[in-house]
Amino acid sequence: MIFAYKVIRLGYPPYPDMESAAWTVQAKLELTPEKGAVRASLTLPSRPSGYNLAQENFVSRGFGLTVKEGNFNRKADWAIRRLRDSKSLYYRLLVIRDTQQRSFASRPDYPAPPDLEEPFATAARDLVNKVRAESADTESFAAAMLNRLTGSEPDENMDLFLAEVENFRDRVNLAQTLLAGARIPTLQLHGIRLDADAQRAKLETLLAVYNGDEWLVFDPVSAAEGLPGDFFIWWTGQGELAEVKGAHIKDLQISTRQRVKSSLELAQQRAELQKSRISLISTLQLPIQTQAVYEILLLIPIGILVIVLLRNFVGLSSFGTFAPVLIALAFRETELLKGIGLFVLIVSMGLFFRFYLERLRLLLVPRLAAVVTIVVILMTAISIISNEFGYETGLSVSLFPMIIVSMVIERMSVVWEERGAFTSIKEGIGSLFMAALAYLVMSVDMFAYWVTVFPEVNLMILGIIIALGRYTGFRLTELRRFKPLLVKEKAPE
Amino acid sequence: MIGRILNLRRAGVLGLNARNGDYIFHYNQRKYYPLVDDKILCKERMVRENLPVPELIGVLREMHEVGDVADMLGECKEFVVKPANGSGGDGILVILGSQGEYFLDADGRMVDFETLEHHITNIIGGIYSLGGQPDAAMIESLVHFDPAFSRLTYHGVPDVRVIVFKGYPVMAMSRLPTRRSHGKANLHQGAIGVGIDLGSGITMGGVSGNSTVSHHPDTGAEIAGFHVPGWNRILDMSSRCYEAVHLGYLGVDIVLDRDLGPLILELNARPGLNIQIANRRGLRHRLDAVDAHCIELGDVVENPAQRAQWSRDILGEAAQQAKLAG
Repeated sequence: MIFAYKVIRLGYPPYPDMESAAWTVQAKLELTPEKGAVRASLTLPSRPSGYNLAQENFVSRGFGLTVKEGNFNRKADWAIRRLRDSKSLYYRLLVIRDTQQRSFASRPDYPAPPDLEEPFATAARDLVNKVRAESADTESFAAAMLNRLTGSEPDENMDLFLAEVENFRDRVNLAQTLLAGARIPTLQLHGIRLDADAQRAKLETLLAVYNGDEWLVFDPVSAAEGLPGDFFIWWTGQGELAEVKGAHIKDLQISTRQRVKSSLELAQQRAELQKSRISLISTLQLPIQTQAVYEILLLIPIGILVIVLLRNFVGLSSFGTFAPVLIALAFRETELLKGIGLFVLIVSMGLFFRFYLERLRLLLVPRLAAVVTIVVILMTAISIISNEFGYETGLSVSLFPMIIVSMVIERMSVVWEERGAFTSIKEGIGSLFMAALAYLVMSVDMFAYWVTVFPEVNLMILGIIIALGRYTGFRLTELRRFKPLLVKEKAPE
Repeated sequence: MIGRILNLRRAGVLGLNARNGDYIFHYNQRKYYPLVDDKILCKERMVRENLPVPELIGVLREMHEVGDVADMLGECKEFVVKPANGSGGDGILVILGSQGEYFLDADGRMVDFETLEHHITNIIGGIYSLGGQPDAAMIESLVHFDPAFSRLTYHGVPDVRVIVFKGYPVMAMSRLPTRRSHGKANLHQGAIGVGIDLGSGITMGGVSGNSTVSHHPDTGAEIAGFHVPGWNRILDMSSRCYEAVHLGYLGVDIVLDRDLGPLILELNARPGLNIQIANRRGLRHRLDAVDAHCIELGDVVENPAQRAQWSRDILGEAAQQAKLAG
């Protein structure tokens, strides 16, 4: 109880912080085949400023894939000799907010003045001269030029150019041309904004201007300066996001999703906590794989608490004190109903073989060993058969704790002989029921969050278990069991 | 539900949690457990204390000794094979006689020698012991139960269970084997529990599982009103077990032998609670009465005979009825 008080008083957020720092970004490239071999290339993000990349995945069955790594330019090239039907290629990555600012391009060369035809050459020259007169440095020059470009300050030279501009892309190109006229290096920054979940994130282009020391970023539409914090730079330069040969791009979509519960996000949250409050012990310092293990291990006390309640308060009995918790852990991977199905399948088949073994009169240890071996063989068989038929759940059978399963089989068969099939099956179902309940409690997301961020919650659980340990009242089942002992109520007078 | 809890509480019914938490943990020290859990040790202690027990024919501790069973048995054709650390009556094989090559078990089934040996190796392997630890098999001579009980039992041997608290018998019942229990005196396996009046040793109504029975299902005899022979002796013996094993909350199982009289079959450090159902009485009030009596006595320690007498006088049905009426 003290721990509950502590958690509440110290004000640790009991729920995951929704201002997430991690995003899953996915690009989906849908192709319709035209003719012959298909080559598709997708520009990949490379070290964007303010973000870190992790867990890149490509889903492209049947395609050959090569990833070309460059410093500021990465590309994924998919190739297939023949494409029959429409096909979607996926690229997925985890984007993590990072405070470190990086350069997104190397130091550029000064561009050659653009080679323009008349009357554009003269107009450009006039425009550059005029803007240069109004500005002090590269930064103010670029700002003034872009301001003119947006049409906020009418200028007849600019109008000449703007007459040629048909779309946004042209406008950006024009800005580059005009700035090149003043020998100012520029770079297009293409990317998306990570501010909300989006099925179809809008690609935006910003213009980076080099002032001799660093890159300054301008919005070519509003002429506002600065790189927005939520702007995720996907690629730079003139190129397209995707280029395809031999096929037609039916659709190209980028979706973004906030990772509500990523352990990395939790790590970030933890860092925040550390700055403002006490430094707390947490598994988040551990490597990711170990974290995943602990996420499960830390949940075990909660499952065990459920077993304590069921045994000492409700009065159910099961095979093996904590076997249901281990079975419940296996359910986490298989889903509940399928897990129960698989468990019943393995145990009943195991029982069948166990009865056969009984006739061989084996000694105890070899017999147990034989049961374990049979269970392993059964698991393998179930996996292979279900794989043949394409049932994926069958594969997760390997997650069942086989020693526990074997012990359940052994205990069931002994009880079967001593107390009869009914008792045996009843207790088996009891164990399964307890496992299912433990699973349901352990699969509550909030508990999983709590134990990973606040491992001390387990101290709380320990406290509850100890407190419950002194419960000497009746069990629920005893209310029924001792029914014959009820005192007859006196009839109301 | 709350009403029922309060009602059971008023009836003084002891639940499993209360038995474990309030009595077993307090009055039964762990170091004395092996004395009752290991039936071989228990038997040795009983013999030392001059308490009557069924004769021990032999003990088998190692797999390779199983071959010696034939020598051990000799001409004996009536015996019981038990795990030394069994629980709940599991793993007990009762042999009533032999027919040619075969033994006959309590159900009248033929058991060949190989089956017997397999059973013994199972016991030694630990299949019936808690936690599957290696165990020892013990062979005891068969108890020839008192014919007085014959109307109330089907095969098997009926026994008397007495709960002894701080050396005072507090409640007693008899367990009658039935066809369903395969001749075993185990309530979980279908035997009938019959409450016994501590004062007179006369049986009261019976229960099978949780329902009441008035007649034995296999013999048809009426269960209530039967006078258990040698009742005073049974209570005295039960009281003496307290000094023998130092367990404050104890179950004493006694069988009545035709020739030898009451014999202590085994002791139990965690006696079950069904005795309350068999007696239609909760244990708690009686346990409280013993506590109160002990406080009253102060430093005086009563001997077993005095304790048994106190129980007969105070916890007997006559006294209890009078108390209820008063």
